Amino acid sequence: MKIYADNAATTKMSRTAIDTMVKYMEETYGNPSSLYMIGQEAKEALEEARGTVAKVINAEPREIIFTSGGSEADNQAIVSAAAIGAKKGKKHIISSAFEHHAALHTLAKMEKEGFEVTLLDVHEDGLVRPEEVEAAIRDDTCLVTIMAANNEIGTIQPIREIGRICREHGVIFHTDAVQAIGHIKIDVKEDNIDMLSASAHKFHGPKGTGFLYVKKGITLTNIIEGGAQERGKRAGTENVPGIMAMAAALKEAAENMDSAASHVRGMRDRLIAGLKEIPHSAINGDEEKRLPSNVNFCFEGIEGESLLLLLDQKGISASSGSACTSGSLDPSHVLLAIGRVHDVAHGSLRLSLGEDTTEEEVDYLVKSVAEVVKYLRSFSPVWRDLEAGKTPHIL
Amino acid sequence: MALYSDKVMDHFLHPRNVGVIEDANAVGEVGNAKCGDIMKMYLKIEDGIVEDVKFETFGCGSAIASSSMATELIKGKPVEDAMKLTNKAVAEALDGLPDYKMHCSVLAEEAIQSALEDYYKNDPAAKK
Ligand SMILES: Cc1ncc(COP(=O)(O)O)c(C=O)c1O
Ligand SMILES: [Zn+2]
Repeated sequence: MKIYADNAATTKMSRTAIDTMVKYMEETYGNPSSLYMIGQEAKEALEEARGTVAKVINAEPREIIFTSGGSEADNQAIVSAAAIGAKKGKKHIISSAFEHHAALHTLAKMEKEGFEVTLLDVHEDGLVRPEEVEAAIRDDTCLVTIMAANNEIGTIQPIREIGRICREHGVIFHTDAVQAIGHIKIDVKEDNIDMLSASAHKFHGPKGTGFLYVKKGITLTNIIEGGAQERGKRAGTENVPGIMAMAAALKEAAENMDSAASHVRGMRDRLIAGLKEIPHSAINGDEEKRLPSNVNFCFEGIEGESLLLLLDQKGISASSGSACTSGSLDPSHVLLAIGRVHDVAHGSLRLSLGEDTTEEEVDYLVKSVAEVVKYLRSFSPVWRDLEAGKTPHIL
Repeated sequence: MALYSDKVMDHFLHPRNVGVIEDANAVGEVGNAKCGDIMKMYLKIEDGIVEDVKFETFGCGSAIASSSMATELIKGKPVEDAMKLTNKAVAEALDGLPDYKMHCSVLAEEAIQSALEDYYKNDPAAKK
């Protein structure tokens, strides 16, 4: 059996997205800035895509800037809000400890430029507390950036509440919604969002395409200088095939969201129930308030990379927060942020399901993971010490 | 290209000399769970020869493969040869490891060194 269970890393492009992409490579290949027909057709298509994307999140078309993906959108959002703040002498930013590196590394850059950054605790359940956001807001706070859903453990943050607090205090609220868009309902008006980042390859669109939503009235700072594309806020000839495919994928995802989410959620809960049967294991992050597709567990006494390699042998593509999979010595900052100690964090497994995942596949996943964990424990000196009572079980 | 050489994958998927030697006279454990790799080596040394060797490893693919390869390289060899086993020799026998995984081969060398220290501690006369 072949199971792709790493949809949080990236998704397979949908048929609609591929067909759309090909059309704009083969037929409407003109430069949207050119005045002749084929250029203007591309321009019109682009604006139609902007409308499609805007509608899905209840924004205005002019509030959408196309980018090269989630990372660029996060960078531009943070840099822009910081620049607005700096003009008013406000140089304090609030975020959380388990944001994506696209946000965290940009925040680190802002710190070097004299900003002060407060990273809020995400607690054991992987949830930011709105009241802690409120308590952290100061007179000089210019930005709160909290992700809509975490990419590793899938926990869904109370963004509407956080957004409301930001509105009350007149602070810009940005959310990295890369994992959420196309999977759970997001409405920038109801959810009180000022800026939002999204990436096409997480919802069956192409890689290297994304967008930034910016509420009217917020001035963007350019990351890329050059031509006048994207209202002069993001230079470079537009990736028309990518943008068109993204819009097609997003439209499709939005139309199917309710039924897809309820199916995937069912598969997720079946998988969680199955994995819980493995002794000395634990789910990472709140069990309910998580993306429909996300399952993340820690297994004591084993290491994640060897787990992934053995699952790969069984046809399963998955991911882990182990240090050995990242090339660094530390396990994932997300798992450390929810209080998992190093020893346990190394033995983590993320399975992110797709809309087409079946019950048979879930059962195969459970069986395979259980087998591999048992096998790796059979020659793990850590497991031996745990079982012998030399070191206490944590999970 | 795959992450690991065929040799590494072979030793990872079919590790040699896995397990415990109950009456080992040289046992060494190195690494810690914090950094993500722990190796434990059990040696049975008789008349200056490594008659038997087994390992237990908590770690990544290259840690398991390095342990397995290291046991093969010293099994049946004189203790002096085992003493001289380097992480480079382990990595080379595996047809190379990615740069950031070299520490796994270092751990294999250290695990054997640690076991041999244990051996000399138990039997100082054995040290020539
Ligand atoms: C939460 C989150 N933010 C940002 C990104 C970066 O998106 P992209 O790969 O499109 O740059 C990702 C994807 O890896 C993500 O999961
Ligand atoms: Zn390792």
